[in-house]
Amino acid sequence: MTGSGGADTDVITLTHYLVVSTVLFAIGLIGVLIRRNFIIVLMSIEIMLNAANLNLVAFSHYLDSLTGQIVALFVIAIAAGEAAVGLAIIVVIFRGKLATNVDQINLLKW
Amino acid sequence: MSAVFFYYFAAVAIISGVLTVAFRSPVHCGLALVTLLLHIAGFFILLNAEFIAAVQVIVYAGAILVLYLFVIMLLNLKTEERVFHKRYAVIGLVALAIVGQVAILVLRSPYAGAPGEATQALVLSVGHTRALGITIFRDYLLPFELIGLYLLAAIIGAIVLVKTPAMQERRAQAGADPAPEPPRNGSGEPEPVGTGVGDGLGGRGH
Repeated sequence: MTGSGGADTDVITLTHYLVVSTVLFAIGLIGVLIRRNFIIVLMSIEIMLNAANLNLVAFSHYLDSLTGQIVALFVIAIAAGEAAVGLAIIVVIFRGKLATNVDQINLLKW
Repeated sequence: MSAVFFYYFAAVAIISGVLTVAFRSPVHCGLALVTLLLHIAGFFILLNAEFIAAVQVIVYAGAILVLYLFVIMLLNLKTEERVFHKRYAVIGLVALAIVGQVAILVLRSPYAGAPGEATQALVLSVGHTRALGITIFRDYLLPFELIGLYLLAAIIGAIVLVKTPAMQERRAQAGADPAPEPPRNGSGEPEPVGTGVGDGLGGRGH
């Protein structure tokens, strides 16, 4: 996780943040792919949204523009709405089928 | 000094991200996710985005995670035996792509673009929250209002989704034929306590 390939490790560059963000995005993506619990899948999506936010704010800092931070605020708002609706869907499915396993929620499969 | 903080935040964020995906119990996953979100807020402070950091702590760690934990405890989930899919080929593919991406990031020359007008000194002199507020209400007013509309739609959608079937049934019955309502109400209520309170509730339910 040294990043940037520079000799001086004391200066944190944009590349450092991009590498951390990429690793976090990968963790979230793998979580979406391998977990069987619907709630953990939603949490992994939150990890990916946070990785995107970190990218946005880092670019905003290093390019001297406030636009990235405003988009990050919008992403946080969208994550809140997504969590509310996603959890409501989980509650409805659990009430009807008593399952939170994504393999058992296959009514729309065909 | 800031490099030390950066590496601390990076290490803890990545470790807690892995734990979020790897823990078996959903409650433990939620707690690991809180740790991750707080350290991302630390990154935001390192990047001089104090307002975003505060929003991250209040909205994400405070509100969204509490919502997750509410639902986890409401559903009373049991920890399953098998928590993972066996999709090693897909995971390997993703991991390969990510390693390639990181290699490209590390090997490329430093990223540059046209710098904006909001330099660090200017933002610090105005104040970060004030600068952000002026920008969001001057240049991004329409997206801001659309986000408000989106949140309203999400609230209404969530409420409509989780409305209990019993309530919908009762309303459908009341709408279809109000005539057989009084006998059902009289017989279904428990007698000793249903004299005054039951009538009041029944009247409000229609």
